Amino acid sequence: MGPDPELVDDCVHCGFCLPTCPTYVLWGEEMDSPRGRIHLMQQHVEGAPLTDAMVGHWDACLGCMACVTACPSGVRYDRLIQQTRAEVEAEHERPRSERALRRLIFSVFPYPRRLRVLAGPLRLAQRTGLDRAVRRTGLLDRVAPSLAAMERLAPRLTKPEPLPARAPAAGVRRATVGLLTGCVQGAFFPGVNAATVRVLQAEGCDVVIPPEQGCCGALSAHSGREAEAQGFARAVVDAFASAEVDYVVVNAAGCGSVMKEYAELLGPEAQAFQDKVRDIAELLDELGPVATRHPLEMSVAYHDACHLGHAQGVRVQPRRLLTAIPGLELREIAESELCCGSAGIYNLLNPEPARELGDRKAANIVATGADVLVTANPGCLMQVAAAIEGADHPMRLAHTVEVLDASIRGYRLD
Amino acid sequence: MTPGVEAVARRAREVVPADGVVDDPARLRTYECDGLAHYRVVPALVVIPEDADQLAAVVRACAEHRVPFVARGSGTGLSGGALPHAEGVLVVTSRMRAIRAVRRDDQRAVVEPGVINLDVTRAATPYGYYYAPDPSSQQICSIGGNVAENSGGAHCLKYGFTTNHVLAADFVTADGDRVRLGGGAPDSPGYDLLGAVVGSEGTLGIVTEVTVRLVRLPEEVRTLLVGFGSTDQAGAAVSAIIAAGVVPAAIEMMDELAIEAAEEAVHCGYPEGAGAVLVIELDGPAVEVEAEYAAVERLCRDNGAFEQRVATDPAERALIWKGRKSAFAAVGRISPDYIVQDGVIPRTALPQVLAAIAELSATSGVRVANVFHAGDGNLHPLVLFDEARPGEAEAAEEVSGAILDLCISHGGSITGEHGVGMDKAKFMPRMYDEADLDTMQLVRCAFDPQSIANPGKVFPTPRLCGEVPGRHKGAHPAQEAGLAEVF
Repeated sequence: MGPDPELVDDCVHCGFCLPTCPTYVLWGEEMDSPRGRIHLMQQHVEGAPLTDAMVGHWDACLGCMACVTACPSGVRYDRLIQQTRAEVEAEHERPRSERALRRLIFSVFPYPRRLRVLAGPLRLAQRTGLDRAVRRTGLLDRVAPSLAAMERLAPRLTKPEPLPARAPAAGVRRATVGLLTGCVQGAFFPGVNAATVRVLQAEGCDVVIPPEQGCCGALSAHSGREAEAQGFARAVVDAFASAEVDYVVVNAAGCGSVMKEYAELLGPEAQAFQDKVRDIAELLDELGPVATRHPLEMSVAYHDACHLGHAQGVRVQPRRLLTAIPGLELREIAESELCCGSAGIYNLLNPEPARELGDRKAANIVATGADVLVTANPGCLMQVAAAIEGADHPMRLAHTVEVLDASIRGYRLD
Repeated sequence: MTPGVEAVARRAREVVPADGVVDDPARLRTYECDGLAHYRVVPALVVIPEDADQLAAVVRACAEHRVPFVARGSGTGLSGGALPHAEGVLVVTSRMRAIRAVRRDDQRAVVEPGVINLDVTRAATPYGYYYAPDPSSQQICSIGGNVAENSGGAHCLKYGFTTNHVLAADFVTADGDRVRLGGGAPDSPGYDLLGAVVGSEGTLGIVTEVTVRLVRLPEEVRTLLVGFGSTDQAGAAVSAIIAAGVVPAAIEMMDELAIEAAEEAVHCGYPEGAGAVLVIELDGPAVEVEAEYAAVERLCRDNGAFEQRVATDPAERALIWKGRKSAFAAVGRISPDYIVQDGVIPRTALPQVLAAIAELSATSGVRVANVFHAGDGNLHPLVLFDEARPGEAEAAEEVSGAILDLCISHGGSITGEHGVGMDKAKFMPRMYDEADLDTMQLVRCAFDPQSIANPGKVFPTPRLCGEVPGRHKGAHPAQEAGLAEVF
């Protein structure tokens, strides 16, 4: 229980993580940097009791893993913060209002069906009693920015077309691929899943979509709710067990990152499953294109989702896929390593820094002058959409796979 | 908290926003060390001012109540220069990070002390300029810290150290006076006070604004990675290159152990089986670089290079440099603990000193990885040990000190760029005699009569400014009073 002292010891205090840490960039103080947070863990390992101050600094971490990329010493901050959070969840008494908010979030988000049933965030709030609870706890102001962000997205919510349990490859079959449909992805961005299926088919994949699949456990794992995460993870492994797939493909970065760590979460028996997990961009790049790409005359700014770039190291593949589309011009976003502030449920729990980071990201995105912002994570899409709307610069937002789908089908990206 | 610190804390709360005054014990402890983590002292108070007015007010309060203060930027220093004082205030500049101006017309940038080194280059690049001094920690170290330590870096061989690039500074003396040093003219008449401040390691006061020189981006940059069988061969190649009149922007050497660490950390793809690699960067007008390249290529070959690789694009260049610049921290992958040493030798003594270090390592059983700025003889031996094993830390400390003695005996110095700080104060008497040190103290006392600015650093023996230096026989008064001891 708690942070592994050996992993804590790996930090040599060089400070290379500081400039990539979103909260250090915002606040410029040691205890809100990875180095400072590890130092706090060390204090705790050495016997200092958990205090509100300590927990506050760990809570403020977005879990974006930019520090893991930056660290020359190979410190497993990802493991450390997860272990620390698990201990905080088990041992530390949070204020009642915060407990209520966390309970509500975790009773809704990891359940695709609950998310799907609720057409929009306001109805969602009503159905779950979130609004009443929030009023009671005085949290409305804290939650409002995120709700507002979702609400702005609401008009784009379409009724999801049901996905088939199996979709055959077009032409010669090159692989059999299982698709994780995700919670937020499936409920808020059903078009992304539909596009993923079409692109995979076009690229010669049989697509298997087990209907009984649920949440992958990422939100829970990243918030220290380890037992809950293990339950979700085991169910996902079981759901794909009988499917006999070569790969399990994920189009949400946060889900992919946790599924690539299932062996750490569940034990070595999950290794075989873990080895099959691929981000959609990773798999398409690995397979190489067979379907013809039609031109898309547009400029695209590609945003690295933290859990794709930092956590999975998938950076070149989506760029390669995008630049292979004739007519498409790729533009890089300044400070690309910096989180947009979405970070799972971070923008619900810490709306203020999340908004600051969102605004910063939006400004950098707008500065590219691109027509379309492309990223590969539903959380980022929501966060960036809200931020860009704040920046008053109309821009089309899309998942990488939606752009590919449009190009392969010869449609314009609408 | 002493009454003095309490008074400073009260004053700080009046002028600095609430979250900029830190006194929670857990939070304070996160500031207990800088990049040299084996020295740890928890400060009594941390203040993070947002501008020069706030900073000056805090320093003034320290002066008024005779409370020691230590300045800290990003906390990446490697000599313990920003090690806090247990009964003092740590003044952190990490929130003073505005780049006030980038002026292409007179090739200058005006920045606050907390601005990150690399951010100056980032801001200047669109105008065709960059900031030349580039410590390996340039992605995070602050300009204020660079000024305090007179930081160097790989490219200082050709372009000079921080002191050659700082043109003016707003400065708060240890008394809390605000002065402007240097100015618009290339050189000011009178004593070079700015020169005194650069490299003073926070013992004179704190800079609150720095005007730096920007350098035109070169037309052509060519980065070579050269593999040799041994450090002897690589060292000979370095001497040959310099002797041929070529001044590369940088020549860096790494030995086998350092290569192994870097390879493991960042997969930089250095030549397999190399006993040493040189990273050589040539920059300037394209024709000049072409001519220099031909010479360097031949000289490396003549001296036994078995592989030479030229970066063909910025990504390849970045990877070559990443291996070198990550080397210190990367050593964390091959050893639980290590000391980063910093010493200088005349370039010509390179083969002898490297051989002597190897011998030291062999006889003591302490592993030493070598990473260094070969062009200017600035060594960075990394002395590896495991704190958990009894005696190893002491043995490493001994080897590390012996390496400095080697540097001194070969006509070099105990620090090239990391500063004296806490770590090397005890070595100062090996380089300077009593009279030299007393003279330096006189300079210090002119700025800091109360000895409150970063006390205990740089000089081996704390000395009070009221004393007439150099006249004492026997024990120092501070020793007699039980306030200090000689190591």
